[in-house]
Amino acid sequence: MNPVLEVKDIIKDFPMVRAVDGVSLSIKQGICFGLLGPNGAGKTTLIEIIEGITRQTSGEIFYKGKPRKLKFRNEVGIQFQNTQLPEFLTVKECLKTFRNLYSHKLPLEDLIEMCQLREIYNRDNRKISGGQKQRLLLAIALANDPELIFLDEPTTGLDPQARRHLWDIVRNIKANNKTIVITTHYMEEAEILCDEIAIMDSGKIIAQGSPSVLLKKNNNDALIVLRDDINTDKLSKLPFKWTKILDRVEIHTDNVYECIDILIKNKIDLTGLTVRSHNLEDLFLELTGKQLRE
Amino acid sequence: MWKRILTLFIARTLEFFRDKTTLLWNLLFPFFIIVGLSFVFNQENQTLYKVGVVSIDNNSSFEQFNYLKEEKQVDFIFIKSSEEGMEKLSHHRIELLVNLNTKEYWINSSSPKGDIVEKLLFAKNFERNTEFTKQTVKAEKISYVEWLFPGILGMNMMFNSLFGVGYVVVRYRKNGVLKRISVTPTRPFEFLAAQVLSRMFVISITTSIVYLGCSLLYNFENRGSYFDLFAVLILGGFSMISLGLLVAARSSSEEFADGILNIITWPMIIFSEVWFSLEGTNPVVQKISKIFPLTHIVESARKIMNDGKGLADISEHLLILIITSAVFLTLGSLLFKWHKT
Repeated sequence: MNPVLEVKDIIKDFPMVRAVDGVSLSIKQGICFGLLGPNGAGKTTLIEIIEGITRQTSGEIFYKGKPRKLKFRNEVGIQFQNTQLPEFLTVKECLKTFRNLYSHKLPLEDLIEMCQLREIYNRDNRKISGGQKQRLLLAIALANDPELIFLDEPTTGLDPQARRHLWDIVRNIKANNKTIVITTHYMEEAEILCDEIAIMDSGKIIAQGSPSVLLKKNNNDALIVLRDDINTDKLSKLPFKWTKILDRVEIHTDNVYECIDILIKNKIDLTGLTVRSHNLEDLFLELTGKQLRE
Repeated sequence: MWKRILTLFIARTLEFFRDKTTLLWNLLFPFFIIVGLSFVFNQENQTLYKVGVVSIDNNSSFEQFNYLKEEKQVDFIFIKSSEEGMEKLSHHRIELLVNLNTKEYWINSSSPKGDIVEKLLFAKNFERNTEFTKQTVKAEKISYVEWLFPGILGMNMMFNSLFGVGYVVVRYRKNGVLKRISVTPTRPFEFLAAQVLSRMFVISITTSIVYLGCSLLYNFENRGSYFDLFAVLILGGFSMISLGLLVAARSSSEEFADGILNIITWPMIIFSEVWFSLEGTNPVVQKISKIFPLTHIVESARKIMNDGKGLADISEHLLILIITSAVFLTLGSLLFKWHKT
C-alpha cells in the first residue's frame, strides 16, 4: 500500500538549536500513527512542518506521493492542543464557521453525533468544559471529512473519563479508514490507539514500529518493581538483572514466580512490590534515560 | 472565496455586536464627549478675560469699563483680598488683578492674556477708530457643536477602526484563532477582506446611530448631501481600517499593539483639528497635520456638513484617503503573518 504521507530528511534549525534533525517517516493509509517524546523532543515542530505551519530548513514532504499543494489543506484536519475560538460564538456557530471554510464538508448532523456535541450545541464556546472543548475542536478538525487527521496532544489536561470519551471518538474515526497522526505524552493512549509509533528525542527518531513489535524487540520481560530503600548489596548477589531508576528498583525477569521466590529466600524487603509487564514508558526510559513527561 | 469571506464576516460581526461592553462604549463615547463639550463651550455669556477686583465696597463704580462689560469681553470677579487675588493670578485663574482701594493692578508676566487685558483696560489713548465702517458677516451661524460633531464622528471612527481591527487581529494571533484559520483553505486576502468589510459594516451602523442621536439631541442639520457624507465615512473608515491592519500585520503582543495604536491615535487627535482649529499655528504643524488620514476625514465631513460642499469640492481629501488606504492595505497584506514569529 502506498503511504499517504512521506517525510524525508527533515531538518529544522532555530538560532542556536537544531529542533528536528534529519527525520524521515512513512505513514500508511488508515492507521493511527503516534509520535511520542518528552517536551523539547521536536515533535510539535515536526508536526507543524508537516501541517505546513512552519517551514523546514531542508527535507521534503509528500502527500499521496506528491508535494503538498492547496489540496492538502482541503483534505487534512488539524486539532491543535491549545486553540481558542472566536469569542461570543456558540458551539454551533463555531462549527458552522469553520465548516463553511471548506468546499467539501461532512453533514453537520454527522459531526454533532460523532463528537457528541448535542447537549452543548447552543452554548457559548467559552463556557464549556475542557473535554467538551476538545470534542468541539475535534469536530472542527473533522468538518471537511479529512483523509488525514493531526491530533496534537488531544487529551492533555483532561480527566480520565473525558480522556476515554475522546479515545472512543478517535477509534470511530479510525474505523472509517481515516489516517490519524497523534502526538501524546500518555503511553497508555499510544498503546491503546496507535498501530505504529515513533519515539523522538533531541530532534531524532530513536525507535519506530508497532507498539507490540517495539516492546518485543527491545525487551519482553516482566518487571518487578521494589522501593529504592532496599538493600541493594544483597540484590547484586542475586542471579538477575536489576536497575535503579528514579525512586524505584526494577528487576527484569522472564520468570516472575522464580524471581519472587529468590527475593523471599534472601529476605529482601518486598513492601510495596508491584509486578507489571514492560510498557512503552519503560522502553522510552531504556532508550533515552528520560521520562516521557519530563 | 466569497463564501469564506462571508463566513468570516458574519463570525466577526457577531462577535462585535455580542460584546455588549464594547458596543455600548462605541455608541456612548461620542455622546459623552459632545454633551460634555457643548455644555462647557456653548454656554451663554462666555467671556474672554477674567479680571479680579479687590474693593472695600463691592458696589464701586466701573463706569470707565462699562463698554467692555456690555460687549461681554471682560468678566469682573470680586475678590476679598489682594493675597487671594495674587494666588488666583499666579495660577492663571484670572488675567489681571485690580485693587480699587490702592489704585494698583497686577498682571502675570507669564500670561499672554494679561498683556492684552491690560491694554484693553488701561490704554490711555483708547478711542474708537472712526476711519472704518463696521460690517456684519451674513453667513449662517455654525454653533460649536455643529463644528465639533464631524471631528467627534471622525475620532470615533478612528478608534473603532484602529482598535477594532488592529487589536482584534493581534489578539487572534496571540490566542491561536489565526493559526486555526490558517490551516483551512482560507487565504490571507480572504481573512483580511472579511475583517475590513465587517468593520466597515460596524462603523456604518454605529456612526449612523451616533449621528441620529446627536442630530435629535442638538437639532443640527447636514447642509450637504447625505450620500457625500456616507462616501466620506466609507472611504475614511477604509483608510483607518487599513492602517489598523498594517499595525496588526505581525505582532502577537496586545501590549505592543496598544502602544503603537496610542502613538498613532494621539497625534491624530491633537493635529487633525478634532477639538480646535489649527488656524494661526506654526505652518510646520499645519503641514504635519496633512499627513494624517483623520485630518482629511474631518475636513471633508466639515465641508459637507457645515458648508454644504459636494464631493468635487473635497476631491483632494478623497484622493489622499484613497492613496493612504492603498498604501496601508498593500503594506499590511505584504507584511501579514498568520502565526507568531
